[in-house]
Formats: sequence, structure tokens, C-alpha cells
Amino acid sequence: MSLASIIILVILGLVGIGLYALLITRNLIKVVIGLQMMVKGAILALVLAGRLSGQVNLGQSLALTVVVADTIVAVIALALAVQIRRHCGTLDLNDLATLRR
Amino acid sequence: MWWQVIIAIVTLGCAVEAIRAKKLLVSAMWLAGTSALVALLLYILGAPEIAVIELSVGAGLVTVLFVFAINLTGEAAPPFRSLIPKPLAWVVIAITTGTLIWLNLPMLGASLPDVQGLTFQAAFWENRQVDGWLQIVLIFTGALGLLGLLADEKPHQDDEEVSA
Repeated sequence: MSLASIIILVILGLVGIGLYALLITRNLIKVVIGLQMMVKGAILALVLAGRLSGQVNLGQSLALTVVVADTIVAVIALALAVQIRRHCGTLDLNDLATLRR
Repeated sequence: MWWQVIIAIVTLGCAVEAIRAKKLLVSAMWLAGTSALVALLLYILGAPEIAVIELSVGAGLVTVLFVFAINLTGEAAPPFRSLIPKPLAWVVIAITTGTLIWLNLPMLGASLPDVQGLTFQAAFWENRQVDGWLQIVLIFTGALGLLGLLADEKPHQDDEEVSA
């Protein structure tokens, strides 16, 4: 088994686990954790694609941009979760879906 | 070879535990472990700069933010009942991963070519300047958004007059 195959399996696993968290969990903070998992898979995929296609620097530059964007998404999402908890008193997505305070 | 397989298995194990853990703080710690191992895989792939940034930002900064947010919101996790039926979720995951496997079939077993051409630093600072500007804009947007979201609500002016 080559290194590329191992990394592809990790990418598939991270994307699958992250998607499972997005679909199944009801806690807003756990949804952000699931999103982080999927983005980690995407970062690995970008770097691997750069290596395989011979455009190493393009893949790494895009991966760096994704790391920064992912961090900003996590910051904003967690701040939103804190505000939602203050205003609505819950982080349960099932309760938040009704849009009632 | 075998140690790469072990790192991959431990990475996926950390990811599964991050989703399975009942306490949010424990989930955040498992996520930090996943980030650190992904950084190790990035280093093995020949991207040490991205690995260092992922380790410091993904395993460091984001974990601190998670702990901060969990402390502010509390550990009140709702009961583990899914929003959609579990069989439907498994079907969606099977379709997604199946499509990804089908798209990646030509890559399975491919050997990685040697790295050639510009170094990452030269390529980023000379050819990818738009990425740099985009990241600066993103960081400022994130900082301003965070300040706005975490600011305490000021009481309305009319309310102050009435109370006075």
C-alpha cells in the first residue's frame, strides 16, 4: 500500500466521520467539530493532489488559505453559538429550528 | 510503511472518539489530537510549512477557542437523538464516500513524484499574492466579526431614560 493510498483512506474517513457528525448530532458545538473534521480532510486532499499532479506549491498555497478560512469559520461559529446560548438558552438544533425565543 | 498505517488508524480513531464523546470538552481534546496527527501526515507528505501552521492553528488556537466557548455555554449536551433518521444518514454517507472512492480510484496505488520547481515560500510570496491578501482580509473580517458577536448588548436609550 503506497503513501497516497493511505492518505486517501484517511481523507475518506475524515470526510465520512465529519458528515456523520453534521447529519446526526444536535449540539451546535459538535456540528462545528464535525465541520472541522471535513475541512481537515479537504486540506489533506489539496496537498496530496498538489503532490500527485506535480503542482506542489499550488496545492500548498490553497491548503494554507483553507486553514485560515477554516479558523475564521470556527471563530465566527463559536461566537454565534455563545450568543445563541445567551439569547435562546439552548444549543439544541431541534429547539433552534423553531426560531422561537 | 507500517508506521504510516498506524498513524492513519490512530488519526481516524481520534476523529471517531471526538464524535462519540459525550462531554464537549473531551470532544474538543480528541479534535486537537486529530489536528496534531493530520499535521504529522502533512509533514510526511512533504508540506512542513502547512504542517506547522495546522499544528499551531488547528491543534492550538482552535482548541483554545473551543474550550473558551464550552466554558461560556456550559456542558449541556442534548440527548443523542439524530435530526434525521439514522438509516438515511448512513445512506447519504455511503453515497458520498462511494463517489469519492470512485473518483479517487485512479490515484490508489499511485507513487508520489519527487518535488521539483520553486520552494513553497518563493511560490507563495511571488506567484500567489492574491492568496496572501485574501488571508489578511479574512483575518480582519474574523476579528471584527468576533468582536461584534461577543460584545455585550447595550441597553436601548429609551429604556435608560425610563429607568432614570
